[in-house]
Amino acid sequence: MSTLAKTPREIQSALTSYDLQKIRQDFPILHQKVHGKPLVYLDNAATTQKPLAVIEALENYYRCDNSNIHRGVHALSERATADYEKVRVAAQKFINAADSKEILFLRGTTEAINLVAQTYGRKNVTAGDEVLITAMEHHSNIVPWQMLCEEKGAKLRVAPINERGELLLDEFENLLNRKTKIVAVGHLSNALGTINPIKQIVKMAHALKVPVLVDGAQAAPRMQVDVQDLDCDFYAVSGHKMYAPTGIGFLYGKAQLLETMPPWQGGGDMIASVTFDKTIYNRLPYKFEAGTPNIADTIGLGAALEYLSGLGLEQIEEHEADLLGYATREVQTIPGVSIIGTANEKAGVLSLVMEDIHPHDIGTILDSEGIAVRTGHHCAQPVMQRFNIPATVRASFGLYNTREEVDALVRGIQKVREVMA
Amino acid sequence: MADVRELRDLYQEVILEHSKKPRNYGLLASANHKAEGFNPLCGDHYTVFVNLQGGAISEIAFQGAGCAISKASASMMTQSLKGKSKEEAEALFKRFHDLVTGHSRDTDALGKLAVFAGVSEFPLRVKCATLSWHAMRAALRGENEAVSTE
Repeated sequence: MSTLAKTPREIQSALTSYDLQKIRQDFPILHQKVHGKPLVYLDNAATTQKPLAVIEALENYYRCDNSNIHRGVHALSERATADYEKVRVAAQKFINAADSKEILFLRGTTEAINLVAQTYGRKNVTAGDEVLITAMEHHSNIVPWQMLCEEKGAKLRVAPINERGELLLDEFENLLNRKTKIVAVGHLSNALGTINPIKQIVKMAHALKVPVLVDGAQAAPRMQVDVQDLDCDFYAVSGHKMYAPTGIGFLYGKAQLLETMPPWQGGGDMIASVTFDKTIYNRLPYKFEAGTPNIADTIGLGAALEYLSGLGLEQIEEHEADLLGYATREVQTIPGVSIIGTANEKAGVLSLVMEDIHPHDIGTILDSEGIAVRTGHHCAQPVMQRFNIPATVRASFGLYNTREEVDALVRGIQKVREVMA
Repeated sequence: MADVRELRDLYQEVILEHSKKPRNYGLLASANHKAEGFNPLCGDHYTVFVNLQGGAISEIAFQGAGCAISKASASMMTQSLKGKSKEEAEALFKRFHDLVTGHSRDTDALGKLAVFAGVSEFPLRVKCATLSWHAMRAALRGENEAVSTE
């Protein structure tokens, strides 16, 4: 996962085979001016732009194949069903799941975490039990657990982080105990960029037979994920953060766990048979996919996964590591700038603050230069509280960003000083 | 939306000066009305304190943290409202709101507050400019609880 071990020559050789200009041609939205300046899109942790392959897959589906799935006997339904199910296999391969039935299509990471909280959680968490998360979680990996704990009279425990934004593993291990019923942890922090040591976390939790849910929203588009190697029990991702449409994502769950979980939403497709006396639920994965799913965007997700695999996750990881390293060095040359989140294992995200200048003002001035960044608490208010700041400016990189765009960011931040002086 | 000229209009010298050295800043011990204003999106958070005597604002102060626009707006609001009646304060808020949302270019009754006209070119910043005003109005109306811009 770390690029630190790579020699400069290795990184260089990886980069030369990564044809950035060609890649940028795949993303029509990037080639526009904003306020008269070329768009510099550095808000990829919020959402990513879509390659032509995804846009065309959506259009093609609606032009040629649109139909409901899993029930029609006609040609269109057969095609739509086949294409939809192909994406399940693609998703399985993308994260190296053992079986495609372990992939549930959902709206995204938020819905996936809520599903686990409300099915596995409701069934297994009772009064006095504990749910363990970390201090760097996104609100979507806090609130569903808070809601569960409130309903059940259980307790939410939070493992602390250090000044660099790294999880204190010893403290985490100390918090694990026989009352812990589930661990929920982010793979890559959206506010700090920290990569968590998931394998170690899983090992510690499994020693006490506690299952682990991983919020993979930021990691899945940035590094090769292997759920069998991680040995996590659940892994949740959002398509729109991995160059696919909004409104689609998936949850990986180990089959033996998913089998024991009650269904979540009731409706069509999740049933085997229905009478007014009793309903027999469908097998996996359909037990968790009630109603007509988001077919078009699932097919769009399939195109995105193929696009990412085509470029190679390792290549993308190297490229973003180069950008993050370069940006980190350059930004630190600007007086008064501090980086929030300086973990040794880090990717994709550069959060910063400037003394005396509020992130919101920085964001407006950068926008006037055509530079899109996120300013605010990044749906991670507890992280902001941990560092005693109201907000940060966050530049987050994608597979299409360039060093020249980092230079534009640095010039933009220098301009902030001039405007606010 | 924003070119360089508009950026200068937004971050006028007066605004930057007030954001760096806010007036009437701090807790007002004599306050008989107060309310908080909170923007959950960016974390801006202010408390506005008012000492209301016979229906008029005899003293007003604020404290809290936020961006340059929100802080300068709070600072200049306190200067503009001292001595005003409740009704005058509400009327001034309406005029100020119309100015920053671009509904009116009429700055006659606004005095120094006219420097906030540039905000109308930045719709995402309207909430910053009006946060302390919302809190002020809640304080005057006796709604002694946090107001949110969301």
